Amino acid sequence: MEHATIYLILAGVFGLFMAWGIGANDVANAMATSIGAKALTIKQAIVIAAIFEFAGAVLAGGEVTSTIRKGMVDSSAFIGEPELLVYGMLAALLAAGTWLFIASRKGWPVSTTHSIVGAIVGFAAVGLGVDAVKWDKVGAIVASWVISPLSAGIFAFLIFTSIQKLILEQKDPFARAQKYAPIYIFLTVFLICLVTLFKGLKHVGFELTTFQAYLGSAVLAVIIAGIGRFFVQRITVDEKAEKKFHYATVEKVFAVLMVITASAMAFAHGSNDVANAIGPVAAIVSVAQSGQVLQSAPLPIWILMLGGVGIVIGLATYGRRVIATVGSHITALTPSRGFSAELAAAFTIVVASGTGMPVSTTHVLVGAVLGVGMARGISAINLGVVGRIFLSWVITVPAGACLSIVFFFILKAVLS
Amino acid sequence: MIAGFFANFPVIASRIMAEFAFGTTELMDDGRNKVGSYITKIFGASPVAPIQEHMEICYKAAKELVTFFEYVNGDNWEKVRESREKIVRLENEADEAKKQIRMQLSQALFMPVARADLLDLVLVQDKIPNLARDVSGLVIGRQLAIPDVLQERFLTFVSRNVDAAKGARKTIRELDELYETGFRGTEVDLVRRLISELDQIENETDALQAELRRILFSIEKDLSPIDVMFLYKVIESIGDIGDMAERIGRRLELLMNH
Repeated sequence: MEHATIYLILAGVFGLFMAWGIGANDVANAMATSIGAKALTIKQAIVIAAIFEFAGAVLAGGEVTSTIRKGMVDSSAFIGEPELLVYGMLAALLAAGTWLFIASRKGWPVSTTHSIVGAIVGFAAVGLGVDAVKWDKVGAIVASWVISPLSAGIFAFLIFTSIQKLILEQKDPFARAQKYAPIYIFLTVFLICLVTLFKGLKHVGFELTTFQAYLGSAVLAVIIAGIGRFFVQRITVDEKAEKKFHYATVEKVFAVLMVITASAMAFAHGSNDVANAIGPVAAIVSVAQSGQVLQSAPLPIWILMLGGVGIVIGLATYGRRVIATVGSHITALTPSRGFSAELAAAFTIVVASGTGMPVSTTHVLVGAVLGVGMARGISAINLGVVGRIFLSWVITVPAGACLSIVFFFILKAVLS
Repeated sequence: MIAGFFANFPVIASRIMAEFAFGTTELMDDGRNKVGSYITKIFGASPVAPIQEHMEICYKAAKELVTFFEYVNGDNWEKVRESREKIVRLENEADEAKKQIRMQLSQALFMPVARADLLDLVLVQDKIPNLARDVSGLVIGRQLAIPDVLQERFLTFVSRNVDAAKGARKTIRELDELYETGFRGTEVDLVRRLISELDQIENETDALQAELRRILFSIEKDLSPIDVMFLYKVIESIGDIGDMAERIGRRLELLMNH
């Protein structure tokens, strides 16, 4: 293929830049609840985020990446003209990046997922024809944008209600919290691992049977729960804090639990959002290397790693500051609430990643927070802001689409 | 359990839509919001600590009445005036705190308790410093002395009403714990116990008030009629402090039963 090297370099640069942006901006939303609840310091949050974002991207990012890469556009549209896909995906990356840049300058709550999906649908529908878009798949993705915050809300409601019933309502909440903490940890680790292992780690050359997946998850969950139990048992009653607020020590137990859910959240975020950056890259690489659009081409692991590295660099260079700012502004969330919201959100996102659905981490997290709120868990939630966050995609999807159409025609004119 | 979620859902959804359609855009202009920190804005400021602080001020104003009447009985009007100034200052402080809470509790907040119930609670709390200001004003304006035979009982009466206010403060101090538990379980039982203690004190103040009036009635012929009129008024207003304290308990019960 002509210009293959240029395409590869451009794709690598744009993709890395997108991943950088995700690491710089979006990771903050995933980690902020933990810092706001004072379960983690900024430094700890950065380390956890770096490790688990990368792990999530590489181990569980494959499904969503393949959706972004080839799930939404019909490959038959490119027969004879494979470079159209290259222009389109480059345009989509540029469009999503530009829109995110504008939005973050303006302080609008937009999501990378909505931008990239809008951008891909945009270039395909206008640049190639309406039939080039797999509308059923796009419809399923849009449906997942509604379903994912809703189910995170239900999970969070149930988790927090269980905490109320088992721990907070009881006479001896501290002893109860110590007793149930390992169970909650087990549940968190088990669920996240199971979903990840169930989808198999095919692309990392690791395949498991159902039984092995269950066993592996259970073993890992027991180990982590054991470690968690050790830390939870070491917590002593702080008489002074307890006098001011009777649940101070109980919340300390949840702060330990939140270290686990924060890791889960970073893992989930990495597994879903890395695709926004590297899905288009993967499509371009495949075309550039083979000279044709192959529906069945496997996803090279190095692309996932590229995304993971990009996120970590974004986190290290710029994300630290954003996390600190965001974290310091969430003070209304105590660890018991943060735990419920994060567990629900992380689980929902990992399930979405497993089924290849690109969802918005922020929307899912907000849905989870509302779920806790409905269980009378949060003193005040600003519905105006919630509304703006939820409805932001109504603007973001067409904006991403329009920009990507413009970039598509420019690139097509310049490169061909 | 899940039914609770779905019961709430249409309400929340419609409020979100309404907020988006008619809400203001002030959030877009806040410089702090830039770079992905939008999620922080979904948490409104909690009204719990401000309500507790307001109650602390209200109690302080009520408590000052004990000092105030000790000086009145001691005929030390210089000190009486100082004490009065302190009450007025606290009353102003409470007013300011009340206004802050009202502003903070915007319509767009989704809270575990009804906004109107919280505003009512603050309004009742705020009556306590108002009463303290009115009583001290009456006494100082007329240089109203308490008749010798009444003095001791009168002070007991004042301090029991202040105790009622203290009981109310004690229940309000549990507000953060109530929020923590989601208004359920053992914590609710604890607060109910505190409220019944509070009711007990209030009953006592009622009895003391009746007795004071009876004694005042028996000696009123020997006193200046206008002074007597105002004494009745002062006793009534001090008794109202206990009533308000009791009503704080009622309001809290309302929050818990919601």
